Amino acid sequence: MKAFFKQFFGVLVLLAVYLVLAIVRMDWAVQSSQVTWDYLKEMVLILPPVFLLMGLIEAWIPKNKIQKWLGSGSGLKGIAISFALGTLPTGPLYVAFPMAGALVRKGASHTNMVVFLGAWAALKIPQLMVEIKFLGIAFTLLRFVLTLAALILMGLLVEGVLHRFPDKQWLEKGEEQAEQSMMKTRKREV
Amino acid sequence: MVTVLTIYGLLAVGLVVSLVKSKEKTMKAFMIARKSFFKTAPSILVVLGIVGLTLGILTPETISKLVGAEAGIMATLIAALLGAITLIPSLVAFPLAGSLLRSGATVMTISAFVTSLVMVGFVTAPMEIKELGKKFTLLRNALGLLAALLIAFVMGVLL
Repeated sequence: MKAFFKQFFGVLVLLAVYLVLAIVRMDWAVQSSQVTWDYLKEMVLILPPVFLLMGLIEAWIPKNKIQKWLGSGSGLKGIAISFALGTLPTGPLYVAFPMAGALVRKGASHTNMVVFLGAWAALKIPQLMVEIKFLGIAFTLLRFVLTLAALILMGLLVEGVLHRFPDKQWLEKGEEQAEQSMMKTRKREV
Repeated sequence: MVTVLTIYGLLAVGLVVSLVKSKEKTMKAFMIARKSFFKTAPSILVVLGIVGLTLGILTPETISKLVGAEAGIMATLIAALLGAITLIPSLVAFPLAGSLLRSGATVMTISAFVTSLVMVGFVTAPMEIKELGKKFTLLRNALGLLAALLIAFVMGVLL
């Protein structure tokens, strides 16, 4: 019960916010629920296959491969691969988080994940077409070049900071889970 | 639509290859997928709720009122902030940015809005934290906002 409450704490808070909003500004509450409903429909369609793809990646691609392609020693090649992965026309940013999470657990570097997520959100090819149409080619090109440069710098910075001050809490959680799943498979094998 | 087709196409190919090669590993992939889906589900719901709130309250009309009304540094800062806290699909965001530009907003303001819209994800932070950790999320988004302002400044000077 306590665990359930903890897990859904955010959801409960949001429900409360919606309720208050419904009393104070009914029109805002209606609009907001409408948007939430629209996005929910989209996510229900997109997220299950995304998680399955992630499962396939985790089950099939060995850790040392990911480390070699996207790890901290991968250098420019790693950045290029992350950039290319990010620009593929594969949907909204919330799709990318589970993927980035899976890649990090397999040994991808933080630099590459910043570039991956940034390219995914900011430098998608179909999105650039829309941008050119409405904001012009000069605007789009300049933003593209500056954003790419900024992403690489940001990636290096994030990596540097996390290297010096690691996110201990998060790392421990990851190890715990890895151990648990290892124990489970061991039990099954026995 | 393209998105959905791409993802399901990739999944179909992946599943067929996986099933042909090993039934066991495919089952394992399903297990992993199910587990992480249920682990992420609460934060997905939170993200959905916040998206609804921001888009329901900050409609395109409200944004254009806030950004288009005045020029100068204040407008640019407001634009960057609005870009950071909203999650607008690009098919809506770019036409909006284009019309703001034509109705008198500066290039600096518009690029601050567009760049922070795509670089900073306040709304999706619960999911990002779950998958990549608090520190990573905080660093990436804070640096993203800073980068958006710098990029906006450079673009305002150059264009």
